[in-house]
Amino acid sequence: MSTEPETEIEEESSAENLPQTSSHQQRRIEEKATRKSEREAAEKAQAESLEDEETYELKVFRYDPEIEGKEEPRFDTFVVPYHKGMTVLDALIYARDHYDSSLTFRHSCQQAICGSDALFVNGRQRLGCKTQLADLDDPVRIEPLPHQEVVKDLVVDMEHFYDQMEAVEPFFDPDETPDDELEEQRQSRENREKVKMSTRCIWCGACMSSCNIAAGDNQYLGPAAINKAYRFAMDEREGEDRKEERMRIVEQEHGVWRCQTQFSCTEVCPKDIPLTEHIQELKREAVKSNLKFW
Amino acid sequence: MYEYDVIVVGAGGAGLRAAIAAHEEGADVALVTKLHPVRSHTGAAEGGINAALREGDDWELHAYDTMKGSDYLGDAPAIDTFAKDAPKEVVQLEHWGMPFSREDDGRVSQRPFGGLSFPRTTYAGAETGHHLLHTMYEQVVKRGIDVYDEWYVLDAAVTDHEDPEDRECHGVVAYDIKSGEIDGFRARNGVILATGGTGQVYDHTTNAVANTGDGPAIAYRAGVPLEDMEMVQFHPTTLPSTGVLISEGVRGEGGILYNDDKERFMFEYGYANNDGELASRDVVSRAELTEVNEGRGIEDEYVHLDMRHLGEERIIDRLENILHLAEDFEGVDGLDEPMPVKPGQHYHMGGIECDENGHTCVDGLYAAGEAACVSLHGANRLGGNALPELLVFGARAGKHAAGGDMAAARIDTGPSARSEAGEFDSPVDPGALSGSDEDVAADGGAVADPDTVLEDAVGRERERVETLLESDGINHAEVRAEVQETMTENVNVFREEGALKRALEDLKQAREDYQDVAVADPSRTFNTDLIHTIETRNVIDVAEAITIGALAREEFRGAHWRKEHQERKDDEWIKHTMLAWNGGDPDLYYKPVVLEGDEQTYEPKERSY
Repeated sequence: MSTEPETEIEEESSAENLPQTSSHQQRRIEEKATRKSEREAAEKAQAESLEDEETYELKVFRYDPEIEGKEEPRFDTFVVPYHKGMTVLDALIYARDHYDSSLTFRHSCQQAICGSDALFVNGRQRLGCKTQLADLDDPVRIEPLPHQEVVKDLVVDMEHFYDQMEAVEPFFDPDETPDDELEEQRQSRENREKVKMSTRCIWCGACMSSCNIAAGDNQYLGPAAINKAYRFAMDEREGEDRKEERMRIVEQEHGVWRCQTQFSCTEVCPKDIPLTEHIQELKREAVKSNLKFW
Repeated sequence: MYEYDVIVVGAGGAGLRAAIAAHEEGADVALVTKLHPVRSHTGAAEGGINAALREGDDWELHAYDTMKGSDYLGDAPAIDTFAKDAPKEVVQLEHWGMPFSREDDGRVSQRPFGGLSFPRTTYAGAETGHHLLHTMYEQVVKRGIDVYDEWYVLDAAVTDHEDPEDRECHGVVAYDIKSGEIDGFRARNGVILATGGTGQVYDHTTNAVANTGDGPAIAYRAGVPLEDMEMVQFHPTTLPSTGVLISEGVRGEGGILYNDDKERFMFEYGYANNDGELASRDVVSRAELTEVNEGRGIEDEYVHLDMRHLGEERIIDRLENILHLAEDFEGVDGLDEPMPVKPGQHYHMGGIECDENGHTCVDGLYAAGEAACVSLHGANRLGGNALPELLVFGARAGKHAAGGDMAAARIDTGPSARSEAGEFDSPVDPGALSGSDEDVAADGGAVADPDTVLEDAVGRERERVETLLESDGINHAEVRAEVQETMTENVNVFREEGALKRALEDLKQAREDYQDVAVADPSRTFNTDLIHTIETRNVIDVAEAITIGALAREEFRGAHWRKEHQERKDDEWIKHTMLAWNGGDPDLYYKPVVLEGDEQTYEPKERSY
């Protein structure tokens, strides 16, 4: 920060208790104008310097149902300066903070654990934060997750995904727990290992978006929800009665039998969860336990 | 208008635990949260959950370790309560199905952690926070607790009595991000602020972009003092471009830190001749920055963390996750080249002043988790103590707010706990700008009807949002960048008087500039431009509070290092720095640290490991 504004601050503080005068407002307007011209100069300089450095071109899907000119979906182009390690999310943040503050996308942790920023990047479901620009062809085409309703720009409506997750009764529900509040249930290392990958799900929705079956059957539970059911059905702490109930849920008309083992969910899962295998295992379990076929 | 007994703001670990506890007391509860619960930053915690579960360990040892780790700035009633409640909270999580790592006998595993006298850290792989967050959200779903996700809380509805201890909180005002609707949430019993960390005050942090200190800023402006705000923890190994955390495990396994001259500086320059890379977090962070400041950093920014000599087999066996992080977030292959690392803001020990039951000095207003300051962590938080804090104090706040039967708190809060006035030599007047709308005139509590208090607050927030949407001005991102730059430059690991004063000047300028912000996106649909703009005001308030605390505390304690004051001064400084908004004219004062515990009085000792 330059020293100039500091001088102004001192003047400001000494005048702190005086009523606001029009000169104060005048000064603010002048400051605003100065800032505007400085900003424009900086942008111009940046655009010029961009010519010399490595850049990436983003083609970003834009849509806003209530803004004139955005009701019809379109693609906007942003050219961003590249630095080593830059991710798709970094590039989007740069474009938003430097070119267009209305560019809208979800993101939070920036480390692939919150699951907010699953996007359709160059034709594939990926987490923006863990996708290196260097691994992509330029220009980079960024769209919202397919097969979900677009709220605005890259933000999709996740309600349907959440509904499916909740439909499998996604909570631990043992037949009984120890009476003593300090006594743990026992779980073998093998059993913990068995459910381990299934517990890594971050609810990003990439799998559901990649699934052709889910696209054609809106009631299909989908890979993430079935994986959640797997996580509890295979947990030895829950007990046999609960497991039977869980099997009934995944065996329903829009459950595991819909899966055609195309492996698209497994391919796009950013946490490497063997989703298709889990679905197949539940199918085998269903046959084994001789439950009634729908 | 929505109406509930208890409103919980934020749905990370503390918020979820509070909601479950309140629900179990029979209260009608709602979670109001700007992120869907599973997006919360609790999910990023890696290490574990400390609890004295086994023979040979007991709560008193855990309490002692925590007090020592706090550098004697934690309050004994908070620490004792924490250490006593932690075991049953951990087993409760186990009963809720948390996929803990296990021993051969099927019981929950525990491992050693820094600063602990017993291996009492329970964990679930290196994703403990993720599992804790999802396990608790599952229990919220099971109970059918109402969740308003992607609703951003703008402010609390608090009466305007002169003395904050006479004030009452009747609810919150929230903005539905998807629709743009602004509405009131009336809380018949209480509001619990569980909004998490404040890392966005700095430009390099392990925190999420959502961690903007909304709760502390809201409580502060409502009259609740902020406590020990200068106490901020910096983690020594974060990736330079994103702030992603590289676990202490790398150094634990034998990873080595090098400067640009390929020197093993921790030893070569005598920063830690015994422990080297494994010295405590604050020591290593200071060493790295000294290297950079003296021209031995790489690209004048970072140092190298090298683990190649450990061999591919061992790295893949024990540190596989680190390879993914370095590859995905920095484009570096840790098997082939050293990883760039630098210190990053990690955790805020300070926060909203509250007692062991989560209650603040404002009736009906509670705080829990990282947003709160009970004070448990004092001047330095031990690894593995943040997650049990969420459980213990989230549960207590929820139960108390729901009217549960609990012992009276021993920690005093509010202006009446003041023991001494504080002073700091500021070059500018911090706090509200005169003539701005930040300083709403107190009406002495003339409006007391709860519904009216809430409706008035809703009206104010609607007006504020309209103004931001309609006016023309600068982008908030410029102002936020100003704050982050000055905080990182001047109120970081190293703190000196001149720099702290420059930061206060810069923050004053940021406040001035914020007067000119406007939201460029006119849409009512998912307007993140608007949300970030409102957050930025909170970022400014929190940044200023941190800086004032740092300027006032003239000693070196825990995470707080002062160039001019290189010693812990127990005679003078075993006291909390308290900052009250005071209608926009911040009032600094002190209150004593409580060292008298349930079983013993803690005697300050030198903190050496």
